[in-house]
Amino acid sequence: MKNKNINLNSIELINNLYKSIYRIRTIEEKIALIYPTDQIKSPVHLSIGQEAVTVGACAALVETDIVFGTYRGHSLYLAKGGDLKGMMAELYGKSTGVAGGKGGSMHLIDTSRGVMGMSAVVATTIPQAAGYAYAFKLRKQKNIVVSFFGDGATEEGVFHETLNFAALKKLPMIFVCENNQYAVLSHQSERQSSSNITERASVYGMHSEKIDQNDAQAIYEKINWARNQIVEKGEGPIFFECMTERYREHVGPNERDDIKTRSAEINDPLEQLSKLVSYDFKEGVSKEVDLELNEAIDFADKSSFPSNDTLYQDVYA
Amino acid sequence: MPKSNRRDRSITYASAINEATRQLMAQDDSVFVLGIGVDDPRGIYGTTSNLSSEFGQDRVVNMPLAEDAITGIASGSSMAGMRPIVVHERMDFMLLAMNQLINVAAKSHYMYGGAVKVPMVVRSIIGRSWGQGAQHSQALHSFFMHIPGLKVIAPTTPHDAKGALVASVRDDNPVIFVEHRMLHNYKGQVPENLYEVPFGKARVLRTGGDITIVGISHAMVECIRAAKSLAAASISAEVIDPISLSPIDVQTICESVEKTGNLLIVDNGWTPCGASAEIMSLVIENVQRQDKVKMKRMGFEFVTSPTSKILEDLYYPDSRRIAKNAYDLIMGKKTDWEPDVQESPEIDEFKGPF
Repeated sequence: MKNKNINLNSIELINNLYKSIYRIRTIEEKIALIYPTDQIKSPVHLSIGQEAVTVGACAALVETDIVFGTYRGHSLYLAKGGDLKGMMAELYGKSTGVAGGKGGSMHLIDTSRGVMGMSAVVATTIPQAAGYAYAFKLRKQKNIVVSFFGDGATEEGVFHETLNFAALKKLPMIFVCENNQYAVLSHQSERQSSSNITERASVYGMHSEKIDQNDAQAIYEKINWARNQIVEKGEGPIFFECMTERYREHVGPNERDDIKTRSAEINDPLEQLSKLVSYDFKEGVSKEVDLELNEAIDFADKSSFPSNDTLYQDVYA
Repeated sequence: MPKSNRRDRSITYASAINEATRQLMAQDDSVFVLGIGVDDPRGIYGTTSNLSSEFGQDRVVNMPLAEDAITGIASGSSMAGMRPIVVHERMDFMLLAMNQLINVAAKSHYMYGGAVKVPMVVRSIIGRSWGQGAQHSQALHSFFMHIPGLKVIAPTTPHDAKGALVASVRDDNPVIFVEHRMLHNYKGQVPENLYEVPFGKARVLRTGGDITIVGISHAMVECIRAAKSLAAASISAEVIDPISLSPIDVQTICESVEKTGNLLIVDNGWTPCGASAEIMSLVIENVQRQDKVKMKRMGFEFVTSPTSKILEDLYYPDSRRIAKNAYDLIMGKKTDWEPDVQESPEIDEFKGPF
């Protein structure tokens, strides 16, 4: 993937961002539809509404860059190139799933695409991302690690412990806070004395910026810039707080019933890009995604459940 | 040129750990050490001394006071192919890192379907004496024995300390490596080459036919002393050091119990839900002997560790009480027998502060 001299308005970029967000949204809406049938026996945390952050960021990365994420991980996994069939089979608890039916929706991984793993305990992958970045630094490898987490994670001690270490060691990594303002049903204002996450990161001595638009193009531009700063100039770590919005409940397929509180100033990332993409392109994408998704669901459906002997597999390496 | 490998060379437990670390780091670029104070002049009681001058501060990383992040940084780096050795000056501090150890490191290989490995070692030191007290002398190895995905090893001799550390660093799983502050100054014969003391293999340190005594970590030293007292009363004790607590070598222990018919387990830790409870359960489930086997457990008194020497001496199982319990267990009743008093110089001579 090219990273230099990007024209933000290039139709290729816009088409790619549109396609990625459309694809992820369609997949997650389908997951929400399938959910009541009980074929997916795994808590799903949908990213619908906040896809722009992971899609914009991952568009600026190369395959060998590494991402760590959270239980709300479908969007990150797919945006970074994670295998869809393996993900659907994992949600179905099948042996062909990315974790062989042992991880479920909350622990997706695809190391071949640099998707290093999602965790169900808030903030736990933040120090792991720093550890991975420390390995890159020791080996002088020209790659970066991006750590994705929510606004709730910034309340955890390990978030601050890691920012301090990452800044101290000038690690080649980007912190991306996907601020959807809610931890389950608790608004940020109920949990934090001040809504200044970006400022809190900046006091550790790293470049920190807030991105308000929930816009994949804007996020792509910033991450692309940050990646170059880190890889070319050694100026890591860099911190972004991306304002976004989750449309569904914290967990499960349902729409939020407080949806009327949706922030007027936060745009829908798919609607924004839809205006910039041709009708023909959208038609093509729609057909392609339907086909791919149907194949993936069929694959998950027809795959076998794990055999009994796999229960004791991989307890130890 | 092959290095000389004198087998009669005697070095301390702390030096054995230092030597293993240095040799492992020289052999494998992916091995690095991280922890609070690992490159300071004291070098974690000498166990990490001079490593930073030899390998640089990038590979001997003095860390911020952030145990949870340190552990996550270690596991993240291990997923990138590194082999980190985390060091905690006291095991008590590991309680600040339980989330990363148990929720993350222990589970990553399994919950990601084998897609990643987490080869990391967490060295932790159990303190004792000179008023270490409530929060500087806990022995929490049984916590980690409870968790699938973790390995736990608690070597007692300098020889086993070196070999167990080599095995731990080369292992592809997270390993809790348990040291005891009272063992650091112990001298013993340690080969100069790199060798492994394997997981899941106990060591019979003294053979005998009347009773099997299993001693864990520093308690093993007291068990050896107790065995000497028992010998003076014509009782031959077989003393077994499990070394590896998870996985544990139940076969060696059971074979001994089948021979002796008596089992005393002495843990360097509390007994409820502890290593001694696990070992006794395994023996009950696995021993072949049909007639009754007499069993007893000993460990720390079930209170918070006190600081006053008078109370501290009551808190820990000593060789006198171990010998007495062993004797009475064999006799099947309380007796008036009093064992010889055995000195515990590593405790009596230890001067703090740490």
